[in-house]
Parts: sequence; C-alpha cells; structure tokens
Amino acid sequence: MNEGRKEIIQITFVLVGVIFLIKLFFIQVVDDRYAQLADSNAILREVDYPVRGLIKDRNGKLIVYNTPEFDLLIIHKEVKGFDSTRFCEVFAMTPADLRLKFNELKAKREYSPVKPTIFLTQLSTLDFAKIQDNIDEFQGFYIQARTTRAYREHAAANAIGYVSEISKDRLSRDKTGIYKQGDYIGQSGIEAYYEEYLRGQRGVRFKYRNVDGVEKGSFRNGAIDTLSIPGQDIISTIDLDLQSYGEYLLKGKSGSIIAIEPSTGEVLAMISGPSYDPTLLTGRHYSSNFVLISNDTNKPLFNRPLMAQYRPGSIFKIAQAMVALQEGVITEQTRIRCDRSIIDCHGPHSNEDLRGAITHSCNPYFHGVLRRMLNQGVSTNTFDDTRAGLAEWSKHISSFGFGARLGIDLPNEKGGLVPDPAYYDRAYGGRPWKFSNIYSIAIGEGENLVVPLQMANFAATIANKGFYITPHLVKAIGATGKPLPQFLEKHYTTIDSSYFRVAADAMEKVVEEGTGQYRAKLKDVIVCGKTGSVQNEPRPDHSVFIAFAPKNNPKIAVSVYVEFSGQGARAAASIASLMIEKYLYGATKRPQIEAYVLRGEFLN
Amino acid sequence: MMSREEVISDKMDWVTVALYIAIVFLGLLNIYAVTYDRESDISIFNLTINSGRQLLFIAGAFVIIMAILIIDMRFYETFAYIIYGLVLFLLLLVPIIGKEVGGNKAWLGIGSFGVQPSEFAKFATALAVGKYIGSVGFRMDRIRNQAILFVLIGAPMVLILLQKDTGTALVFTAFTVVFFREGMSPFLIIAGIIGAIIFVLTLMVNQYYLYTAVGMILVISILMGRKKLKRIALLTLGAIAICGIIISVDYVVSDVLKPHQQNRIKALINPDADPLGFGWNVTQSKIAIGSGGLLGKGFLQGTQTKFNFVPEQSTDFIFCTIGEEHGWVGSLVTMALFVGLLLRIIFLAERQKNRFAHVYGYSVACIFFFHFAVNIGMTIGLFPVIGIPLPFFSYGGSGLWGFTILLFILLKLDVHRMQVLQRI
Repeated sequence: MNEGRKEIIQITFVLVGVIFLIKLFFIQVVDDRYAQLADSNAILREVDYPVRGLIKDRNGKLIVYNTPEFDLLIIHKEVKGFDSTRFCEVFAMTPADLRLKFNELKAKREYSPVKPTIFLTQLSTLDFAKIQDNIDEFQGFYIQARTTRAYREHAAANAIGYVSEISKDRLSRDKTGIYKQGDYIGQSGIEAYYEEYLRGQRGVRFKYRNVDGVEKGSFRNGAIDTLSIPGQDIISTIDLDLQSYGEYLLKGKSGSIIAIEPSTGEVLAMISGPSYDPTLLTGRHYSSNFVLISNDTNKPLFNRPLMAQYRPGSIFKIAQAMVALQEGVITEQTRIRCDRSIIDCHGPHSNEDLRGAITHSCNPYFHGVLRRMLNQGVSTNTFDDTRAGLAEWSKHISSFGFGARLGIDLPNEKGGLVPDPAYYDRAYGGRPWKFSNIYSIAIGEGENLVVPLQMANFAATIANKGFYITPHLVKAIGATGKPLPQFLEKHYTTIDSSYFRVAADAMEKVVEEGTGQYRAKLKDVIVCGKTGSVQNEPRPDHSVFIAFAPKNNPKIAVSVYVEFSGQGARAAASIASLMIEKYLYGATKRPQIEAYVLRGEFLN
Repeated sequence: MMSREEVISDKMDWVTVALYIAIVFLGLLNIYAVTYDRESDISIFNLTINSGRQLLFIAGAFVIIMAILIIDMRFYETFAYIIYGLVLFLLLLVPIIGKEVGGNKAWLGIGSFGVQPSEFAKFATALAVGKYIGSVGFRMDRIRNQAILFVLIGAPMVLILLQKDTGTALVFTAFTVVFFREGMSPFLIIAGIIGAIIFVLTLMVNQYYLYTAVGMILVISILMGRKKLKRIALLTLGAIAICGIIISVDYVVSDVLKPHQQNRIKALINPDADPLGFGWNVTQSKIAIGSGGLLGKGFLQGTQTKFNFVPEQSTDFIFCTIGEEHGWVGSLVTMALFVGLLLRIIFLAERQKNRFAHVYGYSVACIFFFHFAVNIGMTIGLFPVIGIPLPFFSYGGSGLWGFTILLFILLKLDVHRMQVLQRI
C-alpha cells in the first residue's frame, strides 16, 4: 500500500540538501559581490593624513607651519538619545545656535544621513580637551583632527599662496587618483607649484567595525596598513625681513617690488601691492573671506610681479644700447643730437654720447639708435631692411628673457611681448610697415610689454654681465638641499659681456649724477640703476626703477613698479634704494626717504 | 543475565550518537565564534557568554539522555497521551503566567530559569501521534481517524499560535509527511504545495496575468481530453478555486498577516527593495554567508557574524557563522551531517517492529527536516524569515533539550526493538 513512499521522503531530504548546496555554491563561490559587501560593511578605511611640509625663509625663519584643527562630524542616522541641553553645555553654544546648525547641516549639498558630514568646524583648541572627554556621550558624533596652515609673519601672501579644499573641477581633472573630495590642495604660489613635495603621502589604516560603527581593532593586525609620510619642508629664497619691509613700503600703493640675488637667481623678496593677510584664507572663515578678497576692486589676489604687463619705459634704453653696440651700429662714443622735434625729451642736454644719453634718458638719442639698428642697409627696399633689422633686434631682446615666460616656480606667470616682424604683419593686417611706424619701441613704449619680474631679471642679468639664472622662490626641497634642476642653469644673452660693462657704467652714472641721484644714491655702496616713467595718458605715469648693487660683485638686483605715481626717480627709485639698503645693511639710515615713501605723495 | 548498561551499549546506534555529538560540538564552536571578541579574548567556557551557557545546556542534555535511557522503554508508549496532555496544559498556562521574552510570550519561568513548553510539545505530539496510529483498530482510510490525527497536531499548533510563535506552530505541519508515510493520500501535501506556489506567484506576478494563465490552461485541458460534462465541470471548478486562492492571497497578505509577517514575505520576493529595513536580515545573512567563499575566513575570523551585522546570530541565524568562517566546504560538511542524520533516522524508523516506534521515528525525521530546511532556507533567502532554530546548532537550552529528547527516545526505542517483538 505504501510502496515507494519511504524512497520519496528520502529523495526529498537529499534533494533539499543538494539544492541548498547549489544555492550556497552560487552565493559563496561564484558571486563575489557578497565578499565586497561584507568588506564595506565591516572594514573601515581610515585615512591617516600626512603633515604638510613647512615653508621657511632663506635664513631658516618659519614662514608657514601647521596648527592642529578639530572638526566635529555627524553621522545623522547614528544619533541616538541626543541630549541637546548637554550638547549645548559641552560645545558652549545656545539652543538657537544648535537648531541653526542642524538646519544648515540638512541644507548642505554633501549631506547624507549615513555618511559623516561636518557639523562644526574648527573647534577651538582650548575647548577641545573638554569636548574630547565628553564626546562619548553623543552617539553619532565624531571628532576629526586635521592640520591647517598658519603664518608667522602675515607676509608674502601672493608668493606663498594658500591651501584650500580641492574643487570639483580640479578633482575631475586629477588623473593621479591622489585626491579625494574634501582634500586640501595648494591653490596658488609656492603651495600650488610645490604641491607634490609639500603634500606628503597619505597612509591608510584598515579597522574592523561592528554594526554600530564602533571600531573593533585593526584588520589583519595592520599588515596592509600604511603610515602617512610627512610632506617635505621647503626652504624659500625669500628673506622674510626684506619681504616684510617691502610690504611696509608698498602699503597703500599699487605695484610690485622684486629683489633677486643675481648670482643665483634667488628671489629675495616679491611684493605685490595691494596684498592680503594670508591668515584670512585659512580656517573657519575661508569661504566668506575668499569671496571678499576676490571681489575686492584692488585685486589683492592679482600677483602683480608676475601677472601685470606694463610697457617697460625708459629702462628699455639700456637694452637698446647693448643691442646696438652688439650689432656695431653705434659705439660708446657715438653722439646723436637731442632733436626734440622728432620726439619729446626732458632735462638740459643737447648732444650726448651713449653714457650721457642713458644718464639723461635722452629720447631722440635712442630714436636714432633704433633707426640705425633696424635700417642697416642689408636691403635697398626700406620695408625689407626694417624687417631684417627688427628680426635681429627681437632675437637679441628676447635673449634677456623678455617676451616669454621666464619659468619662475609660481603659477600664472605672464610672458609680456617683444614684437617681431610676424607680430607687425598681423598688427598691420598685411599692409607694409617700416621704422617710422614702429619707432616708439625705441624708448620702451609702443608694443613692448614686460612683467616686473622680467625687469628684475634684466637688472640681475646686467649685474651678472651677461647671463641670468631663472628667478625662483625655493632654494631647497626637503633633504636634498637643492632647488629644482632648472634653477641651476645659466642662460646667456646674445650680447658680449664687455657691453654689459658699458651698461653698468651708465647705470652707475644715472644714480651718481643723472635722474636717480636724489633718492637712489647710497653713501657707502655704488648703486647702478635706471629710472623709467611709463606713460598712461591721461592718468599719471607708472613710476619704474631697476637697480643692482654693489656695482662690483652685486648682491641684489631690484625692480620696482609703482602705478600712477609719476616719475621713476621718485617713488620707484626711493623704494628700490631702501630695499637695497635694508638688504645690504640690515637697516635703513635715511628716515627722510622712508617717510617720503610712506607719505606716498609722489605727484607733488 | 546481562546488566542493563551492557545491553544499551551493545544495541545502541552509535552512528546516530556520533552524528549527534558532532553536530552539538560544531554548534558550540560556532556559538563561541559569534560571541568571540578579538579584543577581550574571552574563553569558550566563560559562563557570561552564550557558549559557556550552551556548555551547561549540553551538560543538562546528557543528564536528560541518561534519564531517557534508564526509564523503561514501555513508559513512552504507555504514558504518551498523559505526556501530551501535560504539555498541552503547560501550553495553556503560558499565556496566563508566562513571561515575555523578545516580544513572544512563550516562556514558563521557574525562578530565574525559563523553559519554552513549545519546544517540548514536539516530542509529546510525536508520542501521541505514534500511539494513536499504532493503536489497535486504527485505519488511515477512515475519515474519523484522520480527523483525530489533525486534532492531535492542531491543538498544540493553536496554543502555540496564541503565543504568537508562528514559526514553531508551523513545525507541526511536518506531521502531514508522517501521515503520508503511514498511508494518507498525498492529495493534502500536493494541494498544500500548489497553494504555496500560487501564493508566491500571486506576490510576484500581476494577478491579471495569473487569471489569464489559469483560463488558458483550463481551455487547453478541456479541448485536449474527452468532452464529458462531468470532466469539464470539475476542471472549471478547479480553475475557479485557484482564482479564489489568488483573490484571497491579496486579502490574506494585506489584511490578515501582520506587517512584520508581510515584510518577511516581501523580503523573500525582493530583498533588495529595502535592504536597510525589512530586507536587512536576509540581506545581511546572505552577505555573511556569501563572503565566506570556498574555504571561509577561518575560525573566529568572521566579520559579519562577529560585529552584529546579522541579527539573531547565535540562534536562528547561526548558519551564517558556518557560511562565513568555513565557506562552502563548511556548508557542505553541515549539509552532509544533517542529511546523514535525517537518513539515519529514517533507517532507524524503518527497522522498528512496532508501529508506534515506526511513526515516532518518522515524526522525529520530519520535525528535524522541517527545522533544517526552513532554517537554512531562510538564511540563504529561499524561505521567508521564520524564526525557528537549527537543531542542536542554535543557542538555547529548551531547543537543545527538546531535540535531544526527540532523538534519544527514538534511540531508546531502537535499543529495545527486538524486545517489542517478544512482548507481542
């Protein structure tokens, strides 16, 4: 009657076991999705943030360092049994503040109830001890320690740059995979250029956590954990005292000061005016301050030494002179009449030789020099002749580092402009052009454009008698003690060094007896300089001055631009000589000049 | 004459005993693995953790085994109804004087010590069913006898349902397989299975597709066979009945079942619908088991079962620990042990000479099978989450003792199977 029923039951039992094993084989062996899910469940990946490298000045003084900073994170879903009264007590806030914070939290774009979100930023270090003792009372709240940048002197903001959270755009362009959302990155200046050395390498710790997110010891006893490697310290070429002094002098003015050590190309000071206090771009109020600074009509984030392009003005006459000597179209003894019917001039002089022309900044002289330079008679066609001359001229001028980016170790450098035949072809739309069309480049006006850094580099090149080392702001990276290799290389100009002696002699005379004698002359040291006044009709001229000192074995080369301040002999020459004096002697002994600069009334 | 001990040890089925010890031991190790905390490193014997207490329960189980073996084998058949009546009485007491543990009022407290009478109802019912089927004049083809059988399993079911312990109540449906073995028509089981399939289909597929399908099958079967009126009427009636089930499922799911029961069924159909809500148990259980791979993470190396990701880890979801720490190989061993035990119990049941012992043996096999199939099925997402333990594996005294009593009464009966013949 019940035949086969025993077997049916037996088969059913075995069958169920086999079905289970097949199903288990699929979820355990075939499908590895579950293993990943298990890891994300139970393994906490904790990033060990490296300490960012310090930045010191050339004398070992700290410019930028790190201070600890604590954020309070919240995982909203984990918040249980929240005691708001107690929370307000521990975190020293009012119930209204707390309510506001919760509203802000939910309004945040990155807010998610299951992920850690920043609730309070930058808890003060003083309260931190108290908070740390009580944090366990508040389930779902965590403290995150970070370091933030801090500044000893509130100086060199544009040269140093700042650090802030990486932008979405930048993150999407990052192919290294180093950065994650919320990471900090150097945004400008040295912080940006040397980011890869400063940032160090992050470490990762893997930890077990239970379903409540409570940590339960290290994963595999830390076998695959990595320690963070601190960023490398950087020694800047900046002399912090000189930098601060320069900022003091430039306060309230627009312009720039750059000081370079000629023999090494090291930038001793780089001042952009107006500037900002670098501490504004760290910490809690970064966003609101950044908006204020970037909307400031004075453009404090605009790094004038590298980014402002001006016409070079009379300073260019030194370059013109050297190019003409090199080309053999004049000698030191060549005299050209100061014919003010061709081009306006200033001062009492009439028929100078080269030195005299430089000393008195004679415009008609250099008009004549450029005519000889461009029209050398290589062709009977005056247009072709000018074209050939200009090509030659452009090559020489470019060899001083004009017309292209020098390659300083800062972002956003501009290159300026040295016109060449191709440029004028474009400018004139194919119509012919000749010397009479373009002669204003003779006196540094017209189409020429330079940035202040190039002018300082030019002064350094004259000081070096014919070569320059690309200006740079970092003299040693980490333990290597060396700058980047490109900052050890000498760049020679196409001009013989003997002609640089002529230029230096002339610049000595400028300070000794020429346009610069009143304010640029120093008692115990020979300063070589050249004034310039860049026209800005109808507004006042830019006041420009370049200089180097001492004449023999120069230690410092300077370029100063002060916008809308009239003659170069006034604002710029005063500031340049004060910078030289400060650097060479550690202090200035000419209070009347300093007071003149600080008063800032250069036009009267 | 030989002493009783010698008789027992000679005739004892040591294969079953070995399987029993192996499963209990593995259960203990896995309960320890669940409670093990790599930071505090508590010993397996520590009485403050589950594994230590389970060890006490195991010791208690050995006392029970001794008692079962010492008591005269005739006692179980003779007192079957009295034991059954006593357990029913205890079940009646539970809603009145019982204490509530974890939302279910299923415990009877004796001081600080609590037992679940429902765990003992299983062996008591098995004894009563065995005695009734084995009684003189019992005929399976008689409706009256069948009705009494269903009353025997229905009474404890209802009382346990009153305690809101649906899982344990459902265990008693396993007796229908015993009835089937003893000659009852398979119609009931087949109907039950078809009903369950329709139930699940209704939840997964749009109702109107089902109606269409039923209608098409009806038309095809009418056209295929002989066109007798009686046959057509029967087929139509069947189709209407199926449609009735489909309609009632919707009513049952949304109106009769409690929200947590609805969610368990929804979780089975689509666990990803709400992985952090009602799908949590099944999702986490599958993650734990699935992350074990072929060889597992190693003893005490599990992460999901250790850090409370899986709920009820040491009781209903104990299999997750095996799956995670010992991988598919561990699953294979566990399946082999359980299927081996089940087949061995059938073997024992089949060699019994009297019907009481034969029915009792099958009852044990079917109860164990139901627990095994539903428990493991729910951890891997093949069954809805029904909170019943894995026999001998899951943590808990009442469960372990209930299963031990079930198994060892069978072994005691088996030892004396020849004696029974002599008696008759």
